Amino acid sequence: MTVADWSKPAAKAIPKEGYFELAQGRFGPVFPRTPACYGFTVIAKVKPGKEQVVREYGATIEKAVAADPGVLAPLKLHYLRWVLFDVGSGLHFMYQGIFDTDFDKYLEDAIALFNATGLTTVFMNLEGWPEDWRTNLQAVIKFFRDHQRPSFLEYGEYPYVSATDIKKALRLKAAFGAVLDEMQ
Amino acid sequence: MLDLDDIQHFLLTRTPALAARYEFLSFPAVDRGRAWLKGILERVGTARAVGGSLLDARWVSVAFTWNGLKTLGVDQPSLATFPPEFQQGMAPRAAVLGLTGKNAPEHWVGDLASPDLHAIVILFARDVPERERCKTEHQRHVTESGVRVLSSLDLEAIPPLEYAHEHFGYRDRLSQPAVEGAGAEPTPGSGPPIKPGEFFLGYPDEMGLVPPPPQPEVLSRNGSFLAYFRMQEHVGVFRDFLAQQGKTPEEQELVAAKLMGRWRSGAPLVLAPEREDPALGADMQRNNDFDYAKMDPHGYACPVGSHVRRMNPRDTGENMQRRKMIRRGGTYGPHLPDDAPEDGHERGIAAFVGCASLVRQFEFTMNVWANDPDFMSLGNERDPIIGTHDGSYDMTIPRRPIRKKIQGLPAFTTVRGGAYFFLPGIRALKFLADGPSASARTTAAASARTS
Ligand code: HEM
Repeated sequence: MTVADWSKPAAKAIPKEGYFELAQGRFGPVFPRTPACYGFTVIAKVKPGKEQVVREYGATIEKAVAADPGVLAPLKLHYLRWVLFDVGSGLHFMYQGIFDTDFDKYLEDAIALFNATGLTTVFMNLEGWPEDWRTNLQAVIKFFRDHQRPSFLEYGEYPYVSATDIKKALRLKAAFGAVLDEMQ
Repeated sequence: MLDLDDIQHFLLTRTPALAARYEFLSFPAVDRGRAWLKGILERVGTARAVGGSLLDARWVSVAFTWNGLKTLGVDQPSLATFPPEFQQGMAPRAAVLGLTGKNAPEHWVGDLASPDLHAIVILFARDVPERERCKTEHQRHVTESGVRVLSSLDLEAIPPLEYAHEHFGYRDRLSQPAVEGAGAEPTPGSGPPIKPGEFFLGYPDEMGLVPPPPQPEVLSRNGSFLAYFRMQEHVGVFRDFLAQQGKTPEEQELVAAKLMGRWRSGAPLVLAPEREDPALGADMQRNNDFDYAKMDPHGYACPVGSHVRRMNPRDTGENMQRRKMIRRGGTYGPHLPDDAPEDGHERGIAAFVGCASLVRQFEFTMNVWANDPDFMSLGNERDPIIGTHDGSYDMTIPRRPIRKKIQGLPAFTTVRGGAYFFLPGIRALKFLADGPSASARTTAAASARTS
């Protein structure tokens, strides 16, 4: 793991391929960790007439996380951003995740979780999603890899810090705060 | 139900073999390959036959590389339906497995990285004389059928023969997934039986569905994929390391246990954190009955980075039912007695991992659990036993009040070769022996008659 100074903001320009050096992962080139951690931006066209269905998944995920706050924990996420946009070539869906693991490494775990939480079914409304996704893991992986759009710039105000470390620091701060309160 | 009359016994039955021989074969022409296969087919034991009679003296298994299937005449459209990692073979995927430096294919022995490698015949024998007898018999068959032996490896169990163990001295064969429908109950603590589709093609897997099988189905059904590894064990390096790390024999044994996650007797550290407990190690009703998240979350007993905790993180891992593997194999090379200095002979394990998906099961294990330096946020560590080491990785042994960090772990093992094979069912072996086109004609004729 890169040991970097979290107090020094950092930016990184990324070559067109999405990586600096070709490192083979199980499913193709591995995308690197940047000052903004690992990332994953999947953009795909929404099937005609499916906008509302896709939008409704927002509420579905909200409920799933409210019911079980740990449900997405295995993904080691910082943030998720779901965006629908149309800039003239039809409606597109962008699924952007920022997390602490190399997505390639844990792809099957992520897909298993997508299946378990019903997340996968949002993808069924996207063009190119394999019909046989339930049994054909290889095709699902190919969909994600084909639709992944690597960044060409990433920036971190507190670079290379994991969500675990952030939570540790916040816990410490909370505990320290409580101690100071006691001393008043 | 598992078709025990068709599945090769290899992954389902453990045989009481004390010796073995692997031969790596090349078929110079399709008819020679078929002639060889025809001649050996009768000797390949099914899961039912072998499971039913442990009085046999030898057990034969046969598996093929993708190039082997091609050489035997499987057509291109069918070949293309096999998983990409199997098509490529292990050597081109070495980087994915973390096999760099001394573990890289350029250093491999036995021609295992060669595209000429087409098949392996695995012979398990009750003892060395039986192995030698079979060896001679097979030699004759090889000559008659005109196939070529690229290389071979003889294996023998090492003393004491009363229990299975490897050259470092650890008891082995304690954890094994139980396949649903195969008869055996999982030992306490091993979790529920695993769906057959995780190991055999054509059956429902842990998703509850049957993945699309490679074509034609007569070839893929009841088959499995095998990852083969010849891993040299540097016993001298290992013993020197223990001597450096521990002043007394007790301290050294503790370090050995921390690397593995089990004492040499097999006793798991989670259940025996302080000292060796041979009775526990030998007791199959107890020696797997533990977890990590509840019983040892910080690894004070069993380090998070130890071999067995990496290879099966139990309740600290995700999606565990889909990462199981069936392990088979044995030790090769001479035993190095406890008090003997390193003699320079190559010794190690020559082992197979059986699964339905090499990329999801075996490659994941090697890529993430064994060789990802940041596995479980450890930062700069790899599996101390099987990870690729060049002296730049560490090993953390958590303990109170402060953890011990061993810096610059040496390589205790070196991969000397490896390959991916497909282990077909018996019907598939017949299909390959008869020639896929002959079978296609027969099927076409049969359907013409019935229509
Ligand atoms: C020289 C190399 C190796 C040595 C000395 C070694 C040794 C051991 C020993 C002593 C055990 C404990 C006994 C048991 O649980 O059955 C074990 C467990 C295991 N090993 Fe290895 N092993 C080696 C290579 C490998 C490789 C290459 C793999 C797979 C890629 C592997 C996967 C496993 C698994 C899955 C377990 C069971 C863990 C559990 O369920 O708790 N090992 N190994």
